[in-house]
Amino acid sequence: MSISKGFSRRAALLAGAFTVSAGLSPAFAQGEIKLGAVLSVTGPASFLGDPEKRTLEMVVEDVNAKGGILGRKVRLIIYDDAGDPNQARTFATRLLEEDKVTAMIGGSTTGTTMAMIPAFEDAQVPFISLAGAVQIIQPVKKWVFKTPHTDTMACEKIFEDMKKRGTTKIGMISGTDGFGKSMRDECVKVAGKYGIEILHEENYGPRDTDMTPQLTNIKNKAGVQAVINPGFGQGPAIVTRNYKQLGINVPLYQSHGVASKQFIGLAGDAAEGVRLPAAALLVADKLPDSDPQKKVVVEYTKNYTTRTGQPVSTFGGHAYDGFMIWKEAVERAKTDNAAKVRDEIEKTKGYVGTGGVVNMSATDHMGLDLSAFKMLEIRNGDWTIVQ
Amino acid sequence: MPELLQFAFSGLTVGAVYALVALGFTLIYNASDVVNFAQGEFVMLGGMATVFLHLAGVPLPMAAALAILITVGVGLALYAFAIDPARGSSAVTIIIITIGASIFLRGVAQVVFDKRFHALPHWFGSDPIRIGGAAILPQSLVVLFGAGLIVALIFLIIDRTLLGRAILATAANRLAARLVGIPVRKIVALSFALSAAIGAVAGILVTPITLTSYDVGTLLALKGFAAAMLGGMGSAVGAVVGGLLLGLAESFGAGLISSKYKDAIAFLIILGVLFVRPQGLFGKRSVERV
Amino acid sequence: MARLLSSRWAIVLGLGLVLAALPFLFPSNYYFRVAAIVNIFALAAVGLNLLMGYAGQVSLGHAGFMGLGAYSVAIGATHFGLHGLAAAGIGAVLSGLVAFLVGRPILRLKGHYLAVATLGFGLLIAMALTNEASWTGGPDGMGVPRLEVFGTRLRGPDTWYYISAGVLLLGVMLALNLIESPTGRAMRAIHDSEIASRVAGIDVASYKLKIFVVSAVYASVAGSLMAFLNGHITPDGTAGFLRSVELVTMVVLGGLGSIIGAIAGAAVLVILPQALTIFHDYEHLMLGLMIMASMILLPRGIVPSLLARLRGGKS
Repeated sequence: MSISKGFSRRAALLAGAFTVSAGLSPAFAQGEIKLGAVLSVTGPASFLGDPEKRTLEMVVEDVNAKGGILGRKVRLIIYDDAGDPNQARTFATRLLEEDKVTAMIGGSTTGTTMAMIPAFEDAQVPFISLAGAVQIIQPVKKWVFKTPHTDTMACEKIFEDMKKRGTTKIGMISGTDGFGKSMRDECVKVAGKYGIEILHEENYGPRDTDMTPQLTNIKNKAGVQAVINPGFGQGPAIVTRNYKQLGINVPLYQSHGVASKQFIGLAGDAAEGVRLPAAALLVADKLPDSDPQKKVVVEYTKNYTTRTGQPVSTFGGHAYDGFMIWKEAVERAKTDNAAKVRDEIEKTKGYVGTGGVVNMSATDHMGLDLSAFKMLEIRNGDWTIVQ
Repeated sequence: MPELLQFAFSGLTVGAVYALVALGFTLIYNASDVVNFAQGEFVMLGGMATVFLHLAGVPLPMAAALAILITVGVGLALYAFAIDPARGSSAVTIIIITIGASIFLRGVAQVVFDKRFHALPHWFGSDPIRIGGAAILPQSLVVLFGAGLIVALIFLIIDRTLLGRAILATAANRLAARLVGIPVRKIVALSFALSAAIGAVAGILVTPITLTSYDVGTLLALKGFAAAMLGGMGSAVGAVVGGLLLGLAESFGAGLISSKYKDAIAFLIILGVLFVRPQGLFGKRSVERV
Repeated sequence: MARLLSSRWAIVLGLGLVLAALPFLFPSNYYFRVAAIVNIFALAAVGLNLLMGYAGQVSLGHAGFMGLGAYSVAIGATHFGLHGLAAAGIGAVLSGLVAFLVGRPILRLKGHYLAVATLGFGLLIAMALTNEASWTGGPDGMGVPRLEVFGTRLRGPDTWYYISAGVLLLGVMLALNLIESPTGRAMRAIHDSEIASRVAGIDVASYKLKIFVVSAVYASVAGSLMAFLNGHITPDGTAGFLRSVELVTMVVLGGLGSIIGAIAGAAVLVILPQALTIFHDYEHLMLGLMIMASMILLPRGIVPSLLARLRGGKS
């Protein structure tokens, strides 16, 4: 509703004349497909946003070099929200109102994603989020999709592995940031299903530099058979180092939040024996040739590492999957019309990406199952697949 | 009680970093009444410059020395181009300038370096030393020893040299210092250089333990500022004691009470101290002139 | 000219005209949103400026009150089924009460000590909002039900632009009245010299406390407006330490002790990041440079320094 519709209409006419004459040459812009992205390129979640941005820039460049989508060039408009949900929401409005994008990939964190969802639902433009928490797609929102595995799945994968090894009593140390907190809650929720009891819980702040007090308490808790560390960024690397420093000898499980070779570099020797659930992307070269994901993950890895000079992370992979799912939907819809593209995204079946094989439906706006996760263990400074 | 010893080790290691940041605050504050919120960025620059020079093939000791020089250069530039031109402005104005400087330095770092986390190798290996059932990293001892050395050096300079006298005089009364022929602006510039050097050394010492990235400065500035206030603004002893106390409060708070609220516990202690001693532990009670 | 500018009714009238005229220049809802955010931060900055510019007390924890206002609206509606406006009112009262309780001991501290105490206070609120997830949804935040008045759901940046503009205007009016009142004169005396005003028989502590409470209520209302506008709030986004620093920067950048200055400061700091996106990776670098340059060139803040120049004096 608004009292102001009349006002703003007139204002739009006035200022419209302004923007057209001052704006980009319209003939050129006509043919372009506009794709928006609001990412946390800087700030506490730059760990996620930076590889996502590099990936999107890379794939858009590649697609345009090959003539674009439906013969039209893709124009990618990226804004950096610095991890601030309020800023993210403003940029979302800007993408919708000013840049007139027909789809959006991004929202690096759950906080920024949740802040932007109302804007895209109102504007009826498809929004593919790159954040983890399950609340993004449950309950299902008509215009919102996501590519990363949920944190619930990460917990389930870890608990599956524990169950196989006869582990029933565990300790947990989680970050108080959104990622750590959300995964911690999901783990607590599903632990019972796997007969696992959480004996002791600790927390650490997102920028803490020493977690030995917390780990000392876990170490001294009798009966703990393994420890889980939901968290991302540098926290898990420090937890892993402190774990070794204290000589704790029960297995340590990290989350999919550390899924980058960089983690091994930062944690050093302490990373030996650490287990974590992660997408096939991390072990591209170790996948059997028969694996359907082999081709796509090897290609992405090669492309990303040579173009950016940095190791791949699954976060960049999520952005890649988001872009490809959108691209295929546009190709199937033969238009970038928001409503039609949305319908096609929902119909995505058998898309083989870096995160797994995606089968979406009207009730599942992510389309991944537990098989998308591989259980990895770090041995000799490298990932190995645990069978 | 091995766990208490473990908490103490943790608190002292973290606290030593806070102490060095607080010392940097204190030096500049004494010479110029400026609270420099870009102090954390000096620590970041020390660590990040060492990492990237080392990656570029410079041997580690050389990289560290160069990183200190670079940071000192940045400290001097900060004074010359941002603080000195604003002399005579109110204290808040200059604080906002330093906040702007900290945003600027972070902005430069994310372009010149990158946005990822980085580590440096431990100086004496990463195998912990076990004492009384607790484990401490050799690097923690390096940090503590380094911090002690810096503090001793600062005291030596201030107590035993003419330069130190000049700094003290400038701190006490700027106008009077100028009248007796002390080059006040040079003294203030020097305090920026010294603070930058301390920050850089801190960054180099702790990066093997704490890791570093372009944006570690903000939190360090916050904690260092709190530590300096706890100790009493302007007191070097206070800065060191405040830093160590803050570190210990966090680690014992996390270990004994609640790891969720450990920062809250630390701040409650600071608030408690300030209610009893509004000028901090070692601060002088200020007298307001009418 | 100067007389006209300093007259409080001229200020209110001028601001009202600008706020009413701006929408004619807005080509899209995006502009309404940015302007609404300017209004909201301006409201908080006007309140903080009363504390900093007139009573001379620093607060590095004011975002904590914004957080209280924002979460009152969200929690009140979600957990207690309260009407949004009632919840915002309760938030304002609650913030005032909290300010009253912590203000008495905290305001005894001076200068940087007060800064660190308020900083700690702000952190405590942010931490509670982050950790008490069963109430607040934790670090990822919680949704805020849309405000409904007389059966109409208030949504859309344009609607909230007009509402926030109205509240800002009201806030400015009250602030100007306060400044011209005996309380305001006492505050300025305290700012100039606490001892002297104490000698002159002014109850310094109680005046400081009064202003602290008032500024907390301003921040709380701003927080509630932010929650309504966004429909989703997070602890760091509303109550974080960086938010507090941002508020202080707005006040000083715009001009301590200038109501219009606080609004200008808020406008600059909200609009600048939007304009600086053209620099891509150099955004933050440019933001830092511009803050520094502005404070060096206009040391008393944008509005007072420019006014002084207009009057032909030195800045």
